[in-house]
Amino acid sequence: MLFFSLFKTLVGKEVTVELKNDLCISGALHSVDQYLNIKLTNTRVHNEQKYPHMMSVRNCFIRGSVVRYVHLPPGAVDVEVLHDATRREARGG
Amino acid sequence: MADDGDTGTVKEPLDLIRLSLDERIYVKLRGERELRGRLHAYDQHLNMILGEVEETLTTMEIDDETYEEIIKTQKRVIPFLFVRGDGVILISPPLRS
Repeated sequence: MLFFSLFKTLVGKEVTVELKNDLCISGALHSVDQYLNIKLTNTRVHNEQKYPHMMSVRNCFIRGSVVRYVHLPPGAVDVEVLHDATRREARGG
Repeated sequence: MADDGDTGTVKEPLDLIRLSLDERIYVKLRGERELRGRLHAYDQHLNMILGEVEETLTTMEIDDETYEEIIKTQKRVIPFLFVRGDGVILISPPLRS
């Protein structure tokens, strides 16, 4: 549940989701769920010439399993809090 | 299984990763990708948050005529990155070469 909680604190922030098919979509994080499915609003795709079919997409739902990376705004998260939360979570099997 | 306050002992592989928190690590991913960055968070799926990350992509092309293998790498830097665990192959302290 750690990353679910983390993403909930980032709702509203501008992120870039990089999918396993190499598509990069930027947008505001609208919502996230326990599977780390992501909803983005006001989206734009990075390589517009390569993926012209995405040009008119403004909102999307992304299945968590197709995500490779999420580029997050630096400084949006307190890393010390992350370290403590990780130590608590990844404990005891 | 473990006591509630017991975070000090290393019992299983995930405990080994815990020792690398806030340290730089090397991560090998699927798709001939490697990451080097500072580990800020992880979970049992090996989802991770890495800071100050350098990603290296390795591609191998074979010349049609000479059949020689041409190995190319592309790098990029990402300041703060969530990595989904299902792409992770291995995690290690950074290899010094």
